[in-house]
Amino acid sequence: MKPRIWIFVLLFFSITLFIVSGASAQDATPRVPTDDEVNAIAKQMYCPVCENTPLDVCPTQACAEWRELIRDKLAQGWTEAQIRDYFVEQFGARVLATPPAQGLNWLVYVIPPLAFLAGVFILYRAFVAWRKPIPEKTPSSVDKTEDEYVNRIEEELRKHQV
Amino acid sequence: MTTETQDTVDLDTQERIRPRWGRILAWTGLALLLGLLFLGLQRSQEGPVQIGRQAPDFTLTTFDGEQIRLSDLQGKVVVLNFWASWCIPCEQEAADLEATWKQYQPGGKVIFLGVAWTDTEKKSLEYLKKFDITYPNGPDLGTRISQAYRTTGVPETYIIDRNGQLAFVKLSPFVSIQEIHTAIDPLLE
Repeated sequence: MKPRIWIFVLLFFSITLFIVSGASAQDATPRVPTDDEVNAIAKQMYCPVCENTPLDVCPTQACAEWRELIRDKLAQGWTEAQIRDYFVEQFGARVLATPPAQGLNWLVYVIPPLAFLAGVFILYRAFVAWRKPIPEKTPSSVDKTEDEYVNRIEEELRKHQV
Repeated sequence: MTTETQDTVDLDTQERIRPRWGRILAWTGLALLLGLLFLGLQRSQEGPVQIGRQAPDFTLTTFDGEQIRLSDLQGKVVVLNFWASWCIPCEQEAADLEATWKQYQPGGKVIFLGVAWTDTEKKSLEYLKKFDITYPNGPDLGTRISQAYRTTGVPETYIIDRNGQLAFVKLSPFVSIQEIHTAIDPLLE
């Protein structure tokens, strides 16, 4: 019986060792980022070579290389923010789809809401002006004034006729 | 004039003054915005840096980590070449530029500088190895150098004379070594 137990013990340790070594080998293999992960970052960028085409759909060789660079950085464990910062440092802030609110860029964020508010104000003023009744001379007062005037003329005429 | 009439006049004047300030502010803002737009458009319409003008100064950090400042190279003719590894026409002139550099290098009067435009470091280094390029090369960090020279693409070559003035611009690849000599030699006389 004893040799049998030893065989089982040996077998158990061998299997455990095999499983543990397999798992650690899996951990050592670098994770390959998926296209979706790469494109999630790439769509936030534009390459200066092909203006107005987001990096995730740009078909040029330059953009393909940039996407590969993103993949490499993701594989190295870089975060999205780190990758964005790296691209800005390497290629300038204009690679970003959303420009940072620095320098004259802040105008991009300030002007649209200001223009909207100005539009609302102008509309409000226009509505108020339309609703305000235009002061008109009442017919009675007009008649009264005319009467007085006519009366005076008639009186003068009478004086001169006499 | 009665007090009542005077009050009415004052109110009218106040009403007239208040919207005027608003209008002045609105028009000033609009004028400023249009001014900025005009300046931006004017800048975007400008071509490359003009020949005869002082060449914009820059510092190139090479792939080896060396820092080269243009203003420190006064007294030498500087050949500044913009390229990219993905640019096929750049390959056309790469070997010629290297061969010409090797001819001028012993004299020490001409220096070649390569600027990798919107390129990844890995691919840039592969390109330099492929064409055995030995003159200093580095990335255009933040695209600052290309913006200063208002480049329109790659390849582009700017030759700066010994006084730091722009003497020659080539917005396409050089077709021969002779063509590069023709651009540099008059500046050494």
